[in-house]
Amino acid sequence: MKRIHAFVLGLALLGASTLSAQTASPLVPPFGKNPVVITAYFETGFDIPYKLAQEFSKQYPNVTWDIKQDQFTNLINVTPRLLSGDNPPDLIRLPTMVSFAKQGLLKNLDGYADSLGWGQWPVPQLIQNRVAADGIRGSGSLYAMGLNYSVTGVFYNKNLAAQIGMKQVPKTLAEFEDLLAKAKAAKLLPIMEWGSAKSGMGLAFPLQALMASVGPVQPINEWIFNKKGATIDTPSNLKAAQVLESWIKKGYFPTDINAIEYTDAAARFGKGEGVFTFNGDWQNPGYDKDLPGNVGFFPMPPEKAGGSPAAMSAPLTYGIAARAKQADAAAFFLTWVATNPVARQINIDIGGSNPGGPADAPAAKVKAGSVTNETLAAGAVIGKAGTAMDFIANATSAIFAQGWTPELQKLVGGKQTAAGMLKAVQAEYLRQLQE
Amino acid sequence: MRTRGIIMAPSLKPNSRRAIRRESVVGWMFAVPALAMYGLFVLLPFLMSVQYSFFRWDGIGAMKWVGFRNYETVFEVPVLFESIINAFKLVGFFSIIPVALGLVVASVMHRVAAGRFGGVARTVLFLPQIIPLVAAGIIWGWILALPGLINEILRSIGLGSWTKAWLGDFDWALPAVGMIGIWVLLGFCTVLLATAIAKIDPGLFESARIDGSNWLQEFFSITVPLLRQEIGVCLTVTIIAALSAFDIVYVSTGGGPGNATAVPGIQIYILAFTEQRIGPASALAVLLMVLVILVILPIQRLTREDAS
Repeated sequence: MKRIHAFVLGLALLGASTLSAQTASPLVPPFGKNPVVITAYFETGFDIPYKLAQEFSKQYPNVTWDIKQDQFTNLINVTPRLLSGDNPPDLIRLPTMVSFAKQGLLKNLDGYADSLGWGQWPVPQLIQNRVAADGIRGSGSLYAMGLNYSVTGVFYNKNLAAQIGMKQVPKTLAEFEDLLAKAKAAKLLPIMEWGSAKSGMGLAFPLQALMASVGPVQPINEWIFNKKGATIDTPSNLKAAQVLESWIKKGYFPTDINAIEYTDAAARFGKGEGVFTFNGDWQNPGYDKDLPGNVGFFPMPPEKAGGSPAAMSAPLTYGIAARAKQADAAAFFLTWVATNPVARQINIDIGGSNPGGPADAPAAKVKAGSVTNETLAAGAVIGKAGTAMDFIANATSAIFAQGWTPELQKLVGGKQTAAGMLKAVQAEYLRQLQE
Repeated sequence: MRTRGIIMAPSLKPNSRRAIRRESVVGWMFAVPALAMYGLFVLLPFLMSVQYSFFRWDGIGAMKWVGFRNYETVFEVPVLFESIINAFKLVGFFSIIPVALGLVVASVMHRVAAGRFGGVARTVLFLPQIIPLVAAGIIWGWILALPGLINEILRSIGLGSWTKAWLGDFDWALPAVGMIGIWVLLGFCTVLLATAIAKIDPGLFESARIDGSNWLQEFFSITVPLLRQEIGVCLTVTIIAALSAFDIVYVSTGGGPGNATAVPGIQIYILAFTEQRIGPASALAVLLMVLVILVILPIQRLTREDAS
């Protein structure tokens, strides 16, 4: 939930970039030796930007940071005021960006893409952060950069998976469903997931994974990018929603899912509750800590054998305010994050995600036994297959709060059907786009 | 008060009139900072909300006049209208139960436990009032969770089949949020009503007892009628708390599951800050205020008339 924010393609190229051993050319900081204060607004609960800022100041001692932070859901609410205020942040974690780009609150980064060489980086890194003049994402000017590039899928508790006889990761949806049934029969919780309105409904993860498993990825992305005439209420999405509904009815999720928050679900999985959980690689450090060497990962398998797995996968998006005082320094920082060997290592160790950057960027080491090895490998597979998607909760700023979350909660409570849910979300989507 | 009394006095010399005028000016000067603050932070935002409710605005760009369109939206979009219904359901929990229970508790304390025990009981009951509502919401979130205290108790007494995630259940989420409200507001009502009971002439209770009346007769013939004004105050404060509830709901359920606990406060917040639709948010806020006044005014009238 936390960080799925734009369209990612070609993670294979990104994956390759972490394996390359060549060193990037040294960068010249725009601030020279002058004292600089970069004001930043980060997301609470994730160490990665703080550690990177710390390391940046270590390497450039004349740079100090003025960092403020907020929870992700609060960020959605405060960002427009922060960006339009008198002292807009130089660097800000962007929860969404289309409306801010349209309102002229974000700096157009096309100039930096040229001058700092981002334009030469593997293409998919930038595409997802482009916004066209009509507000449709995927093309147009660049308005944000990724601090890293995450991938989502199915995490599993290796001990519990062995208990239910899982010898290898499932290759098809049917194989996966068979494992879920075995887990249920073994009186284990098949899938740990969260669903409280406070965190936003986590069942959006398995739902979207199922959508991409039984149907094509492209229409889902078009819907997220607000392409004209796009609909989420398609026959294959209905099939996906019906599979999810059947999982709910079979008791594959916790009975109290509607009251479970994101952090509780992660903690409970870490304590051994749940054979599987749908989440993203940003949780890797947490899983590695709670269940060292005991967590595995696989992308959601396709419905038919031989098909490509698909995944919701996106950059950890950061932007620069249109009126930022230290825009150049902030842009330099973003370049440094993707090219500096120490920064790239921090990204892998603390963030758990692919640092992206140029194709010949220095390699980062991943600890043996860390689930990060598996998420990076999966990211490469997804990238190669071209089956990455943005998150269905990012289609509009409020589709998660007013559409997916209440409708999925109703599906859990038996107050809504799979078909009714897709119709309701589509109606809400159209209502919000009309505004 | 005092100034007014002097002005009304008939035989004043010019000197003292000047003194009065000076006193009046000084009085106003003392009041000006408070009035300025009130104007700036209460009246102005209120008037601005009314203004915004007639515009289409994202909080940043240009405003566009849309007349009553935003008000129509509130009634057309089911989720928004349902939030008002939910707020009225909360009145039962935030207002009716705490006031009724508060009356009973205060009356019992007055009759049987006026001494030290009464003081301790009052303190314990009032304690939730000094806990910030956000903290109360978080604490109750844990208590009401599936692995929480309430379910533990149910399991320990053999009622394991009754356990559920109270805040995540469609039928129980609203009553569970309501229970947090009862917990917070019962103490307020009890302390207010207990203080009022203490002011009732003890002779009334004594004569009633000499006439052989029991606690119930005393309660309905003396306590309740003589406490009408205080009951009015309790009802007013608690109904406002129910209709404008935000923090307890936001922290405990976020309006879920499936909007089962979504109240106008939550919807105003989402509209204004998540959706950046200041117009409908302001329209819902203005409607909520009108509703509060419509509910509160008759209560105020009734309790005042009776008191006089």
